[in-house]
Amino acid sequence: MSPAAAGGGPGGHARAGIGSYIMHRMKSVLNGTETDKQRWARETLEPTLKKAPERGIPFTTISGRPIDRLYTPDDVRDVDYARDLAQPGEFPYTRGIHPTGYRGKLWTMRQFAGFGTPEDTNLRYKQLLKAGGTGLSVAFDLPTLMGRDPDHELSLGEVGKCGVSVASLADMETLFEGIDLGRITTSMTINSPAAMLYAMYLVVAEKQGADWGRLSGTIQNDILKEFIAQKEYIFPPRPSMRIITDIFAFSATEVPRWNTISVSGYHIREAGATALQELAFTLRDGIEYVQYGVDAGLDVDEFVPRISFFFNAHSDFFEEIAKYRAARKIWATVMRERFGAKDERSWKLRFHTQTAGVSLTAQQPYNNVVRTALQALSGVLGGTNSLHTNSLDEALALPTTEAATLALRTQQIIAHESGVTNVVDPLGGSYFIERLTRDMEEGAYQYFETIDKMGGMVEAVERGYPQKEIAESAYRFQQSVEKREKIIVGVNDYVAENEEPLEILYIDEAAAERQMAKLERLKQTRNNDQVRRTLDALRTAAAGTANLMPPLLDAVRAYATVGEMCDALREVWGEYEEVPVI
Amino acid sequence: MSRKIRVVIAKPGLDGHDRGAKVIARALRDAGMEVIYTGLRQTPEQIVGAALQEDADVIGLSILSGAHNYICPRVMELLKEKGLEDVLVVIGGIIPDVDIQKMHQIGVKGVFLPGTPMQDIVEFINANVRTRLERV
Repeated sequence: MSPAAAGGGPGGHARAGIGSYIMHRMKSVLNGTETDKQRWARETLEPTLKKAPERGIPFTTISGRPIDRLYTPDDVRDVDYARDLAQPGEFPYTRGIHPTGYRGKLWTMRQFAGFGTPEDTNLRYKQLLKAGGTGLSVAFDLPTLMGRDPDHELSLGEVGKCGVSVASLADMETLFEGIDLGRITTSMTINSPAAMLYAMYLVVAEKQGADWGRLSGTIQNDILKEFIAQKEYIFPPRPSMRIITDIFAFSATEVPRWNTISVSGYHIREAGATALQELAFTLRDGIEYVQYGVDAGLDVDEFVPRISFFFNAHSDFFEEIAKYRAARKIWATVMRERFGAKDERSWKLRFHTQTAGVSLTAQQPYNNVVRTALQALSGVLGGTNSLHTNSLDEALALPTTEAATLALRTQQIIAHESGVTNVVDPLGGSYFIERLTRDMEEGAYQYFETIDKMGGMVEAVERGYPQKEIAESAYRFQQSVEKREKIIVGVNDYVAENEEPLEILYIDEAAAERQMAKLERLKQTRNNDQVRRTLDALRTAAAGTANLMPPLLDAVRAYATVGEMCDALREVWGEYEEVPVI
Repeated sequence: MSRKIRVVIAKPGLDGHDRGAKVIARALRDAGMEVIYTGLRQTPEQIVGAALQEDADVIGLSILSGAHNYICPRVMELLKEKGLEDVLVVIGGIIPDVDIQKMHQIGVKGVFLPGTPMQDIVEFINANVRTRLERV
């Protein structure tokens, strides 16, 4: 990038300044002597360092990436504006996918919520929508995520704890009671049983009279990151990938506006990955899904536009912004060059962001409001399409209504008071941001190469490669905290004595009891013959190659439970067990 | 004392967030302990079984899902049944204040919340463990 493009001031005076600056720099480069940055280091910096040395800490990002003290035009000589940045809304979309940034439409403020029974959560959703939330995001409890009914032995103590318990269509009907699915969009964080919960949502929408052709929302449906990081897997990798391609194929014709997958770096990051690892593994997962779709005979431009992404917003402000910008550029390039995608909707990477849960501290929890605000701002400056801000109490429990409202207000303040939404990609052209963006991009391609050599992401996961990389980074970070190379305010410095405990949301066992009683009633009142028939049909489809969505929809309509449907597939495919990597 | 302290690190329940368990396992190993990591989704029966089989001095449970009120009493009950009451039991994870006292009452000696330095956990184990030789 030329310095004029990067930092030219508005007035003639500034332009003249830059002109002579270029002359000066060109001269030193042509003479083969030194760059202007090197000259500066020699003439200005070194004498200063002698008198006043820098603080004796490693200047690195939270990911451990070394950061130079200064970035100048000399650091971005390999960056070409037209090729590497381009205007917003144009390939490769480094500056954003919308020509108007947030001037047209703000990001979707989508707060992830769910706890207790469907009745409890339905109430919370209505509160969030009333408070100005513009989309819903369902957090399911662990039994639902793991495909177990509330009455299963492994569900003991877990029902309704980390999210809402949804065992059958009946629960899904309650969850969205009084909420018009034709008018809002819903994101569902569900992976191994994604097809089942998706089918339930579709049937509830159908019963409400909403048209599938216009229905929009997202299922996370990203099984690779489950094997890599979050570990909520049920079936082995290959049949798991088949469910996903079945969903792609079904949705392309039946629910064309549905986001069939949200390829997620969030959990990879939370498990300890660096920003670069988050970027690289997530995009490589995305490539794997596209490859499997292509191998299943789908046309790239038919399903890729419905693939969306989900990134973490961690605490290192600039590194995060560079990560989002690099992500857009890489995805556009890979879709066009590697897969030959022609539809520009296939090139545009759309993503949701969530602030980093792992950065929240149980100590001095009000500090978390500040952390979250800064992280959210990085997501916005990186051009996120939707955003979840964590609540201050989430290192302790699921959030109270008050804490969840404050988290939403944080987004509204950024959107309406900070002024950052006035301009598209306001940090574009910053020497530092452009250098970091370029470095992130190059680092990601190196990871792609390693994973490609292993045969792909499924193979890499089977050998535990990304798992090991992440565990390594997690341990390294923890050590840097212990050595106090990284300061976490209120944890390893600025510690407060005798803190007042915070009021938290406490979920007791009553939700579990209510869910179990409901399940028992359901099993007495539904047509159990029909349930049996639909589950048999599901088993047959799973053993063959037919698309699984139609038999799943039939089973859902018959009020088969999540546990029953997953068990049917467990019988055919078996369960995955990982070899733990420490 | 030549025998290393033997620690079983376990992740009970359905939760898959194993970052903490794995980091602690490594830290204890680096501190000279013998660490057995059970992997995910272990039932209380499997955990106590592993402790028995591995002749563990310490069981470390990592629980972030809120299921501690079911899991911990069950583990303590099973340890008692097997005559392993003197195994040091510690938990780490997200444990609400109101439950900490409850955990101590049932015999969980250490409750470590987010942000605890690894060194504190190492020191706690060193100070509170009774190794097999002392126990016999």
